[in-house]
Amino acid sequence: MNETELRAAVLGALGEIAPEADLSALDAQMPLREQLDLDSMDFLNVVVAIHRRTGIEIPEADYRKLATLADAIAYLTTRSP
Amino acid sequence: MFEFRMPSLGADMEAGKLTRWLVKPGDQVERGQIVAVVETEKSDIDVEIWASGEVAEIVVPEGQKVPVGTLLATLRTAGEEAVVVAPALVAAAVAAAPAAAGVATVAAPAPSAMPAPPGALRVSPAARRRAAELGVDLQSVAGSGPEGAVQIADVERAASAPGTRGDRAAAMRHAITAAVERSHREIPHYYLSTEIVLDRALAWLEQENLQRPVTERMLPAALLLKAVALALREVPELNGFFKEGALQASAAIHLGVAISLRDGGLVAPALHDADRKSLTELMSALRDLVRRARAGSLRGSEVTDATITVTNLGDRGVDAVFGVIYPPQVALVGLGRIRERPWAENGTVVARPVVTASLAADHRASDGHRGGLFLEALARLLQEPERLAQVAGGAP
Repeated sequence: MNETELRAAVLGALGEIAPEADLSALDAQMPLREQLDLDSMDFLNVVVAIHRRTGIEIPEADYRKLATLADAIAYLTTRSP
Repeated sequence: MFEFRMPSLGADMEAGKLTRWLVKPGDQVERGQIVAVVETEKSDIDVEIWASGEVAEIVVPEGQKVPVGTLLATLRTAGEEAVVVAPALVAAAVAAAPAAAGVATVAAPAPSAMPAPPGALRVSPAARRRAAELGVDLQSVAGSGPEGAVQIADVERAASAPGTRGDRAAAMRHAITAAVERSHREIPHYYLSTEIVLDRALAWLEQENLQRPVTERMLPAALLLKAVALALREVPELNGFFKEGALQASAAIHLGVAISLRDGGLVAPALHDADRKSLTELMSALRDLVRRARAGSLRGSEVTDATITVTNLGDRGVDAVFGVIYPPQVALVGLGRIRERPWAENGTVVARPVVTASLAADHRASDGHRGGLFLEALARLLQEPERLAQVAGGAP
């Protein structure tokens, strides 16, 4: 998957968990959990949704690499086949 | 003949609106089956029936708000003849209902208009979920789909109309106000707290999660909830209800889990028999409960059964939380943020992940000494994650 597809996958996953959020207003450099008020259950569900949409395995130790939208896309790009 | 009545879905519920019937006359139902959706101030609740048999008659039509205890439907249990309840009886029951302060009782519709055929309101499941998320009253939505079916776009259009969402938020605020005012008025709280070191528990969890696919990974909350449930076995006077001037301790441990809703407000549905679930079962039940709480599809037993509440506000960043007990419960456990802190042991200071666990308890039901024993048991249980995983249910 290319960067555009990965971005769409991450935004789609976030939209599933926070349907009320205006994702176009996200600051790519700011932590997602603060901007979208995600608790740890929400964040786990976001990881599950990203995995479902991309097929990419995300070990728990790498969760911190998904902190911002920019980080998440960069990380997924390196993991994408 | 079994009489299915409007259940009380919370200490302060006076009336509920029968939003949707999921069964019709002639249907066979099993004990525990969800048969109707009832709208309360807080949310839509899937209501179970506690008998098996054949639905004889639907007495209250969809869309009608009736007081707690009103006959909703009759059930023919094995070998019974049908007994028909005249619609006039319903109107009388509604008229006789006390108009409680703050609760608007909808006037019974004209006899010619009732009973409405079950399923009269056609709504796609996705639209129903969206309506719950947005706090939209489906009765007020004009459907544009086939045969007037309400679709997602109709719900979203209705949600953007002024009033609806705000009304729902106001109703939620009203329900919370009633519960906390009663708590503050009636319950003499006492508060205790302790710091619990979690290095062993988190290390165990990390190892366990390494072997699990992402869909089955566990959160620290699963371990914390299991430990709370087991600690309650040791101090049972914190688990139950204070009613008619006395503690009624509960043998079953149903943890009410405080869940904040994304558009504001709070619910604390029960995680049933938390002490008897394996960690995997507990995590899966917790995930399901959070999802359904936010989608507005909790079950009646979940909103009424909790024997104690656990709040995990620390997940949003606070170090400690001292809660307001949800009457008629007698205790509330608060868990703060898990955070690395300086921890002194054996004469040296080391960095350890630590959580502040607190207890707010009803002094009529228990004393501080027993409350302290509960927190001590909680701390002890969290030092042995392998045992937490093993108690009941078999596999971790």
